[in-house]
Formats: sequence, C-alpha cells, structure tokens
Amino acid sequence: MKARVFVTLKSGILDPQGKAIEGALKSLGVEGVASVRQGKVFDIELAGDDRARAEAALKEAADRLLANTVIENYQVEIAP
Amino acid sequence: MNAAVLVFPGINRERDMARALTLASGRAPAMVWHADAELPADIDLVVVPGGFSYGDYLRCGAIAARAPIMDAVRAFADRGGLVLGVCNGFQILCEAGLLPGALMRNAGLRFICRDAFLRVERSDTPFTQGYNSGQVIRVPVAHGEGNYVADPETIARLEGEGRIVFRYVSPDGVLTPEWNVNGSIYAIAGILNERGNVLGMMPHPENHVEAAMGCTDGRGLFAGLVRHLDGGSG
Repeated sequence: MKARVFVTLKSGILDPQGKAIEGALKSLGVEGVASVRQGKVFDIELAGDDRARAEAALKEAADRLLANTVIENYQVEIAP
Repeated sequence: MNAAVLVFPGINRERDMARALTLASGRAPAMVWHADAELPADIDLVVVPGGFSYGDYLRCGAIAARAPIMDAVRAFADRGGLVLGVCNGFQILCEAGLLPGALMRNAGLRFICRDAFLRVERSDTPFTQGYNSGQVIRVPVAHGEGNYVADPETIARLEGEGRIVFRYVSPDGVLTPEWNVNGSIYAIAGILNERGNVLGMMPHPENHVEAAMGCTDGRGLFAGLVRHLDGGSG
C-alpha cells in the first residue's frame, strides 16, 4: 500500500528558505508568485492492505519522527 | 565530577569536549556510544556534544534524539542529573523533549563560523556559577541551524522564569540585531529546562578553554560545574 506524508511548517514559523526560493523564482521571471514555503514529502510503502492500520502507523510515524510537532504540521494520504 | 560524553555517528566535537572536561576536573569522561542502553554507573554529568549526528538527516538531531541511550539520559535528567547540550547537542535535547522549542535554519541562511559574544544572564545555575551575572564572554559558534524558535507562551515562560541563560550581544553586552548571529528570538543562545538541571546552548565553550585556543572564556562553565559537583571552596 502506498502512502504519502506531507510535513509543512506551522503558520507563524518563519521560513527563510522559502523566502530565498521566492526570490529566486522572481529573479527567474516566473510571474505572479506571491509566496513560497518549503515542506517535505515522504513516500512510504506499507505491507498488507488494512487501511485503518496503515493510517494509524503513518500517524505514529509522523508524530514520533517525521514531523517535529513543535514547528511542523503533517498530513497523511493513502493511495486509493 | 564523573562525566559522560555521548557519541552518535557524525558527532565531531566529542574529543574537544572530553579535553575541556578533563582539564577542568582532572578526570577523563566516559565516552558513551549511542546504541548503549545504559549510562555508566555514578555519572553526575551527561554532555551531548556538537557535530552533524546522522548527517543532520531529516532534521538536525532528530534521529540522535531517538537513539537507545536517550531513554537512559531522560531517566537521569528526571532524577535531577545534570545534562549539558552544545550545538548539535542542544538540537538533540530539543528533539528529545528535554528542552522546549526548536533550532531552525539561521535567519541569514549562512553557516556561521566565528566568535560570538554572550551575556551570562544569571550566575546562580550549576552551569554558570563560574561567571558573574551580566558578564560578557567570547565563545565560538559554528552552525547553520541555530535559530531558536518556540511558541509565544514558551518564550514568555522562559523569560519570566529566568531560563534564558545566555544571549548573543555586542562585545560590550548590548542586545542589538547585528550581534544576534542567527536571528534567534530574543537573541537566545542558551536555555535551561524548568527544573534547572538541563542546559542547551549553541556556542562551543569547550573550544575556548586553553590559551593556545586564543581565549579561555569558556573555562568558567566547566569550572562552575566542577565546583557544583565536587563541592569545592568558592
């Protein structure tokens, strides 16, 4: 079973890397970009086909390691 | 003093730290491997040194914070044992939940490697009793992710409870943005936990303890710890 965990910065946490990327896009002439914040994607393959179990495992993975919940949020998506 | 220095893959300042501890206490610390389940017996100080543990993979200190030895460190801290985290060690302690907040990328996005000036905010802690309150010391920094962040409630508590122990200042002790090397909130360079037995700091006091290093301002931290632990005459 394939899943994705998205980890993003909480709003209010400053993201200087995102700002640098924003500036670079402007320099490249990419129009209309108002803001950029950088996050992470984890592509995870799980054994079996129990979706509820998979979701629980992914949440545990995110809470305990993949995201630092002091500064980051996460979202779990399991492939249909 | 009977210190232990933790070693994770990628740590690189453990020998500098061991040397500083040996010079201050007359006793070489135990070097403790990350995969060990227990600390040696009768340890009275655990030091988490600097470097790039696990290559800073995922987040700085994230993987080291979940290493087997950290359960023993947590139990040691719960019993009131002294824990000092320097640079990557500070990051590891935050990731392990032994200190609040997090260290993020320097505001200027550059890795900063130079001397910083720190104001010692209080001298009544085991870590700072070798200094005078308000004293300015020169200590090197070498980090790309030293920007301390925490939610407003945590910051207010740190301020209100006097748990901000070191701040980045100008050479004459003034808080100004240009002397805040990494953009940390309130120029925070080092903090204490609630109980006062765990300290995390980004600068490297262990690298300013001998004349050959060009400065000995870091000695006070280690001397203060020795005095606290060994009950020497003040």
